[in-house]
Amino acid sequence: MAETKVIMPQMGESIFEGTLTKWLKKKGERVERDEPLFEISTDKIDTEIPSPAAGVLQDILVNEGQTVQINTVVAVIGDGSAKAAAEEAKQPAKQEPPAKEAPKETPKQEPKEVKGPAPVAGPTAETEEEEREPSATEERIKSSPLVRRIAKEHNVDLSALTGKGTGIDGRVTKSDILSYIEQSKAAPRPAPAEAGAYKGPEPPRPKPSAPAVQPVTFTGEVERVPLTQMRKAIAEHMVMSRKTSAHVTTFFEVDCSRILHAKEKLQPDFERSGARLTVTAFFVQAAANALKRFPIVNSSLEGDTILYKRAINIGIAVNLEWGLIVPVIKNADEKNLLGLAKAINDIGERARNKKLTPDDIKDGTFTITNPGQYGAVIGTPIINQPQVAIMGMGGIKKRAVVIDDAIAIRPMIMLSLSFDHRVIDGATADQFMADVQKQLESWAS
Amino acid sequence: MPLTTYVEAIRQGIWEEMEKDERVFVLGEDVGIYGGAFKVTAGMLERFGEWRVIDTPISESGIVGTAIGAALMGMRPVAEMQFADFISCAFDQITNFAAKCRYRWGAGVPIVVRGPSGGGVHGGPFHSQNPEMYFVHTPGLKVVCPATAYDAKGLIKAAIRDPDPVIYFEHKFLYRRVKEELPSDDFVVPIGKAAIRRNGTDITVITYGAMIYIALEAAKELEKEGIDLHVLDLRSLLPFDNEAVLESVKKTNKVILLHEDTQIGGFAGELAAVISEQAFEYLDGPIRRITAPNTPVPYSPPLEEFFLPKVSDVVRVARELYAY
Repeated sequence: MAETKVIMPQMGESIFEGTLTKWLKKKGERVERDEPLFEISTDKIDTEIPSPAAGVLQDILVNEGQTVQINTVVAVIGDGSAKAAAEEAKQPAKQEPPAKEAPKETPKQEPKEVKGPAPVAGPTAETEEEEREPSATEERIKSSPLVRRIAKEHNVDLSALTGKGTGIDGRVTKSDILSYIEQSKAAPRPAPAEAGAYKGPEPPRPKPSAPAVQPVTFTGEVERVPLTQMRKAIAEHMVMSRKTSAHVTTFFEVDCSRILHAKEKLQPDFERSGARLTVTAFFVQAAANALKRFPIVNSSLEGDTILYKRAINIGIAVNLEWGLIVPVIKNADEKNLLGLAKAINDIGERARNKKLTPDDIKDGTFTITNPGQYGAVIGTPIINQPQVAIMGMGGIKKRAVVIDDAIAIRPMIMLSLSFDHRVIDGATADQFMADVQKQLESWAS
Repeated sequence: MPLTTYVEAIRQGIWEEMEKDERVFVLGEDVGIYGGAFKVTAGMLERFGEWRVIDTPISESGIVGTAIGAALMGMRPVAEMQFADFISCAFDQITNFAAKCRYRWGAGVPIVVRGPSGGGVHGGPFHSQNPEMYFVHTPGLKVVCPATAYDAKGLIKAAIRDPDPVIYFEHKFLYRRVKEELPSDDFVVPIGKAAIRRNGTDITVITYGAMIYIALEAAKELEKEGIDLHVLDLRSLLPFDNEAVLESVKKTNKVILLHEDTQIGGFAGELAAVISEQAFEYLDGPIRRITAPNTPVPYSPPLEEFFLPKVSDVVRVARELYAY
């Protein structure tokens, strides 16, 4: 091997010089290829620089503490002793040598033939040889030019994938490194507490997602868009809720004739008071009343303790172009229908204008959501933690229903209640919903 | 719309150019009264007369030499080699004269030399060869190898309109086996542009001529095992679509180079060099070649079958490369 000049590397686009802070080898000392040789400090990073070649550190040209331009020769690595040369000859093909050793130096070298039609099928003569003579020092990780480039771009040390390659002979393939990068991105992320909507006891938060199965990577072209803060908060909260509560959903059909009638009758009066009356107000009032009678549905679970909340604060899920938010109507049980209608108008408007305050989304004890908005018959909502129940409203639609053995046309709605079976049993949930149903169907107008 | 065969597409392309441009004429062995050995020029003598459809003696050198002379005098000759194998008889005229006229004297030679190449029809060693690489190695020429009826027509028209010599290899196996509906407008296929024949994500097969069908058939088989081939049809070898080659390699990171020509000095070798020079860091496996072995094309049908690259070859190599 000839002399190899060691240069001050360029560590980043805009870097023109670097300070050599420390030599890790002494002059005359033996150094292996890729073994740390010296340390540098630049505007951007401090790092160890590996040796570009194996040999003996023949000359040190830049002293510790000196700042030099990039590409300045800082040292020379030379042949060294005969012993070193012999050692090197023992491991051909292990290190990618700048100048390849002549085949005759290799002890067991057999004359290599140029292969015919198939250049690389299965183990070639060379790889078999490698298997017979594993390198004493560093095991070279089989990869590919592509894999090495991806590793470099993502700052991945390929040795982290030792033994994880799924290619032939354990080669690290493109999909190996891509899923490794994907996983290391997903793993260590502490759940930020920016959801903000929930005061009081925080249920234990499991990691957002720790899939046992390796994520399947899509290899086609994609557009990468980072999650917005809101999206991230929703994603984390939803997964956390699914893992926290034992979700069960029950469904109730409600005849809306009476509330629609009431709505029509009350509308003009409400408008004079500056309120737009929506059907939601009726459901909020019915739910608030029922929550008073079934306090377990207005509770939460903290460890081994059930917290019954004195206030009835009902969150209303508001769908926004950029996500979903749940502003809360405080003390909903203390408001009459007009008060509720105004409160619903107010939070809806402020949610769309981004005028909600942190207080507006705090301390909910129960949530109502409206999957019927776009025509769904009904949905199975996910509980808004740390609450224990959430009610979903389907779309109101005229249907043929049987009343007293006659077929009648009635505006019907499907309601769902997702509840946490850890604290609420099916019977209680259904009684709660039957209560809501009864109120709505017998609304006095 | 009726389906047009590959051979008919070539005939239509020449015919239309002759209708449009009276400088265009055809010459070759049996192109007139007989209508060409493969009927590429059938009916032309009747339509265009003996001044524009010329039966020549059996002398490829004479045919091409005559064409060059006519081209230098302002004509647009289309010279037929009855079999592309015999183009070697005109080698000197093409490589030393036609290819160098523009460079040496500033005189363009707008000739087309076309002929049936390729095997699979039990034609034996003198009627089955793929002589494209002799000409790909010659600066000053253009070399095209269409694989579909559309390209056959579009490329013959582009070749006739080109101001320099174009060698046009038509694959005789495809003559009547490949057909498609062709648009009725006056379309050309630009020389030097490749076409994606199948979009895939796992392995790119770069090929041309009859082999695109082998690649596509292999892709169908491999699809069942979840291996998704991307098939790029070069269409032109000189110039070839460097950009499309790199793009397709960067897309899948694994590449098979497939051609019917023999291996040493075949186009796959050139492509392999280009890919390793320009896209090395995008490779996730070795560049693999599938070609005919370095022997003459055998006459014996079983031997010829062994000689030509097959669907099973592509399937085998693709499996190896996929697992690599």
